[in-house]
Amino acid sequence: MVRNSILKFLKIFSFTSILFINFSFVAAQKNDAPQLDMTVNRGVIKPISLAVPSFIKESGANSIISRELAKVISNNLDSTGLFKSIPQSAYVSMPLSFNTPVQFSDWSIINADVLVMGSVGLKPDGRLEVKFRLWDVSQQKEIGKGKQYFTNSESWRRISHKISDTIYTRVTGEGAYFDSRVVFVSETGPKDNRTKRLAIMDQDGANFRLLKHPPSLVIAPRFSPTTNKIIFTGYETGKPRVYLMDLSSEEITSLSELKGMSFAPRFSADGSEIVLSMTENGNTDIFINTLSTGVKRRLTTNNAIDTAPSFSPDGKSIVFESDRGGGQQLYIISTQGGDAKRISFGKGRYATPVWSPRGDLIAFTKIKEGKFHIGVMRVDGTKERLLTTSFLDEGPAWAPNGRVLMFFRETPGKAGAPSIYSIDISGRNLRKIKTSSFASDPNWSPILN
Amino acid sequence: MKNIGFTIFVILLLVGCENNNSFKNSLDKAQISESDIEYFQNLVGDTVLFTVDQSGLRPDAISILNAQVNWLKEKKFLPITIEGHADEQGTREYNLALGARRATAVREFLLAKGIEQDRISIVTYGKERPLRVCSNEECWSKNRRAVTVVGKKIVE
Repeated sequence: MVRNSILKFLKIFSFTSILFINFSFVAAQKNDAPQLDMTVNRGVIKPISLAVPSFIKESGANSIISRELAKVISNNLDSTGLFKSIPQSAYVSMPLSFNTPVQFSDWSIINADVLVMGSVGLKPDGRLEVKFRLWDVSQQKEIGKGKQYFTNSESWRRISHKISDTIYTRVTGEGAYFDSRVVFVSETGPKDNRTKRLAIMDQDGANFRLLKHPPSLVIAPRFSPTTNKIIFTGYETGKPRVYLMDLSSEEITSLSELKGMSFAPRFSADGSEIVLSMTENGNTDIFINTLSTGVKRRLTTNNAIDTAPSFSPDGKSIVFESDRGGGQQLYIISTQGGDAKRISFGKGRYATPVWSPRGDLIAFTKIKEGKFHIGVMRVDGTKERLLTTSFLDEGPAWAPNGRVLMFFRETPGKAGAPSIYSIDISGRNLRKIKTSSFASDPNWSPILN
Repeated sequence: MKNIGFTIFVILLLVGCENNNSFKNSLDKAQISESDIEYFQNLVGDTVLFTVDQSGLRPDAISILNAQVNWLKEKKFLPITIEGHADEQGTREYNLALGARRATAVREFLLAKGIEQDRISIVTYGKERPLRVCSNEECWSKNRRAVTVVGKKIVE
């Protein structure tokens, strides 16, 4: 048993190292490149070839779910750019039973590297039972242990996301991120008369839903670390103010202790505090507000615009933007106050810094020579890399594993409108997230419970 | 709400007219009462413009604001809300703060000229409420603005 686990570990490790080599190759290329290169996709990485047959239908399960479970997994893994699903029409056989031995030759002949085998059955109490196993086709070995899930039938998508997370984690060694949601602002109407509504969807764009709130303008919702609340800026009183919404009841609470104009709120990693900016006498500074007591404390006192603050995952520091040095640049300050340390020094303006959940990187918006970019840098400001460029790219949001970013891209002109995109922090795999309306201000939840 | 018909007429005349100022001078002022809010909006000028990323009042803004002060002093009972706006060339949060700076610059000017503090509230919309929708300086220069809205006060 122990030896078996070690074998499995070694197998996973070898996969991981292959990926790491590829990642570092891309990174090196990008760093050396003088100009932003948006064509990194051209075959630098050979994706892992993946076979996900429809799940085997057991007692009472319907065939739509058995098909869709597999489809959502394929879509998730394909969306990473690290995997490529083989179309089911190319399969030479379909597994008939979950427990019969895998015919590896049927999968190696279509060049599958990895095979996902699953089954779905309906229990007498109405719950779905979903099982899956992951196979390394060339080694003819199982990767990790099989898993079994029980859920009510409406939640089958989440099982697909959990299985996708397990596969992704076992094969790449990176943290999970598929079983997560995105809050954002849904936009409709013409550019000079936009209606903005808070909305939520699964990470892959499924289960889109508008949230209930007064019709006034709303801005930039952000998840609480427990994923059951959001905090956002709303204009219900006529001025920008910070509000909390409980996502299960959609009940909204105003943070009444924050007078005047307040905006750009974000939770601390433990959810007990929020950091935000407040404007007094035309001057915008950073404050931390303790939610349980309503006590706020000032973090910056400066004539400059200090805004867009974000907590470090360890809760000890805040990264924010300030134009105290003339133009917008990024600074880090202790949550206990004191001097802020500037970390960005490149040409152009740096804005909307967001600390990675892994703690290692800061994502930001950069405005340079009339173009907007999404970029990442280390916490000390070194190793800056720009990942995107367009007329207007703004507002990066980290996936829970700190490997992928979402942001919004707005097109220029009269018909200009925003859409949400995602990109790997390697700079690869730029993808537009399908939404039923214009969409902006994405914020990615942690992994759901 | 009187003179609505005339207001619509004025708005129709102003639509498509690139330079409102030249037009205003040719309007027959006898047809619109100086005490109307429409007069303030269209003939005094409720909007001042700003330079890119700046909140300092330009000479053109100051002359409009002086006219605003004269009008507002005659209408002591009317509350005022100053809206600060930015163009789309900045990030959302920064533009909110920039709009607040612009609205505050106008507020400070009105206060210095003797408009009562408790009449004035300010709000920033950042880049959320563009007036013009093209993506070049022609529109951006009109969107970098502070608008003095009379008859409106935000209750805290």
